[in-house]
Amino acid sequence: MADPLLDIRNLKVAFRTDDGLVRAVDGVSLSLYEGETLGIVGESGSGKSVTMMSVMRLITDPNAQFDGEVIYKGTNLMGMSQDQIRSIRGAGISMIFQDPMTSLNPVYKVGWQIEEQIREHEHVSRPAARDRAVELLTAVGIPNARERADAYPHQFSGGMRQRVMIAMAVSCNPDVLIADEPTTALDVTIQAQILSLIKKLKQDFGTAVVLITHDMGVVADMADRIAVMYAGRIIEQGTQRELFYDPQHPYTWGLLGSIARLDRPRPRRLTAIPGLPPSLMQLPVGCAFGERCAHRFERCRETPLLLDRAGPGHLDACHLSAQQKQDVRDRTIHPELVEERP
Amino acid sequence: MLTFIIRRTLWTVVVMFVITVVVFFIFFKTPGVDPARALAGRNPSPQTLAEVRAQLGLNRPLLVQYGLMMKRIFITRNLVSYSDQGQLVIPEIFAAAPATLSLVFGAAIIWIVMAIVMGVAAARLRGRIYDPILMILALIGLSAPVFWIGQVANLITQGGLHNSVFSWVPPLGYTSFTVSPLHWFTGLVFPWITLSILYIGFYARVLRANLLEIQTEDYVRTARAKGLSERRVLLRHTLRTSMITFVSLFGLDFGALVGGGAILTEVVFGIHGVGFLTWQALQNLDLPTIMAVVIYGAFFIVLMNALVDIAYAWLDPRVRPA
Repeated sequence: MADPLLDIRNLKVAFRTDDGLVRAVDGVSLSLYEGETLGIVGESGSGKSVTMMSVMRLITDPNAQFDGEVIYKGTNLMGMSQDQIRSIRGAGISMIFQDPMTSLNPVYKVGWQIEEQIREHEHVSRPAARDRAVELLTAVGIPNARERADAYPHQFSGGMRQRVMIAMAVSCNPDVLIADEPTTALDVTIQAQILSLIKKLKQDFGTAVVLITHDMGVVADMADRIAVMYAGRIIEQGTQRELFYDPQHPYTWGLLGSIARLDRPRPRRLTAIPGLPPSLMQLPVGCAFGERCAHRFERCRETPLLLDRAGPGHLDACHLSAQQKQDVRDRTIHPELVEERP
Repeated sequence: MLTFIIRRTLWTVVVMFVITVVVFFIFFKTPGVDPARALAGRNPSPQTLAEVRAQLGLNRPLLVQYGLMMKRIFITRNLVSYSDQGQLVIPEIFAAAPATLSLVFGAAIIWIVMAIVMGVAAARLRGRIYDPILMILALIGLSAPVFWIGQVANLITQGGLHNSVFSWVPPLGYTSFTVSPLHWFTGLVFPWITLSILYIGFYARVLRANLLEIQTEDYVRTARAKGLSERRVLLRHTLRTSMITFVSLFGLDFGALVGGGAILTEVVFGIHGVGFLTWQALQNLDLPTIMAVVIYGAFFIVLMNALVDIAYAWLDPRVRPA
């Protein structure tokens, strides 16, 4: 395989607080290859956003501590000066955020906000940047783009604003587009539109996409590879097929059990994962998921390593043997469907 | 927009009417107030008192008195002061206005520039020692009384050092710009500084807090994610949005000062502006002057309020009437 476009190596992010150190990201390694879509899944507080915000060096909290490397085109982003990282932000790697309602500056016209980014990275005249902005707005499906470029964010709906954000993010042809829960704040009908827009732009521009989400449905639709995060660590990682058809970690099973699938018989009730994620200040000894796991045994007191137990490239951090996993998996995901079988 | 302006103007008239009524009746309901007694000399006979009273129109019903006063202020403009029968009140205010305007405009420029510099610097240097130092300075400015700062300034520039370092400072008082631009300027330097110190402190603190709040907004993160420089993020995105709060505060304070609110500074530096006039009128319980000054002040406050609303629409597209 070619060298990865973006290589996160053992990234650790911790925040100093009055009550102690919060380990938000605890040794995450991820690779993103050209043209692929990588899904990062996990519940709130699992560290998925913090990981990617750290890649962009967007965490300005003076109490944050970083460790590890992020290699992009042969350079370590973590060691860069502010000026160096600025030339990459928005040009090489760009990001769209969860809430389009608040992510655009309310006092500037949307066209101007896109032009601002283009002119920051390229030496083009204002009219040229303007034409590009209008082109981009057209490409993301905004009707009458030339006129609408002179409108303010509050004159757009949420879905349209997210389209503007996407136009802005791809305005300098980035290699990597990080989408941080891009559809969470939108109506379900708009979600599908935004996702297919990202897909289309990915094909047109050849951009690699990192899609952060808590929605297994979204990654099923979009991602080539998926990493599942829990309490600041990756607990399972593999291709989309592997994650959905051969999941290895009980937490992944829990996530899969909590969504309704159209390609399987419908359960009467969806199963929920019992309990809450552990506090990042006092992680339990051993497996962080242990306390919520139905298949816990003695070895879980040792921290499980992320290893390719199920095959090359399919990593998981669970001590259960492959056989044990196969035996208990279906029962964990959809207990009643299994029971009903003769 | 036109209906907005018309509605605004009508509202202004109502507000000013209410203010005049309140001031007028408070004056006559205040115990111990009798302008006739003040004018009639020492131990006046009841006869003299009654005469003076009739002369001033104080023996007529309050409503008539109110109407007459309004007529003299707005229509005939020949309202006469109670304490100095030769003095027409309206021309007196117009004569005093340039001094006040000079004082307040100059101070406003200083306080805007200094408050923005200090507020932005403190917000930018947050987490370092400069931030608390700047904010303590602002707090000192905020809590130092104007009359004290003014007196200290006078003591230094008019007293001990007047023959050496501060020989360029003219004696207390106001020189009109048309008489001597140089004296106008040199005479106002210390009044400007004195008046602006309080506002610098206040505005710097408000601006810093506002900037820090806006820095956590999503769109500021977006601006950073676009690859903009910290400087550009701060000036074009954070500061630009803070101006909405800043301008609305400024409009109100500025209006109040132009309307005679700079009393202390004017009195300490002997600047015969509207504030000084108010101070004299209050000492003599000179109702006509008080009334005229209050109307004048209210006019400026309301005017500035309207300007703030317009500036608001200009600064914040979300409140622009469609």
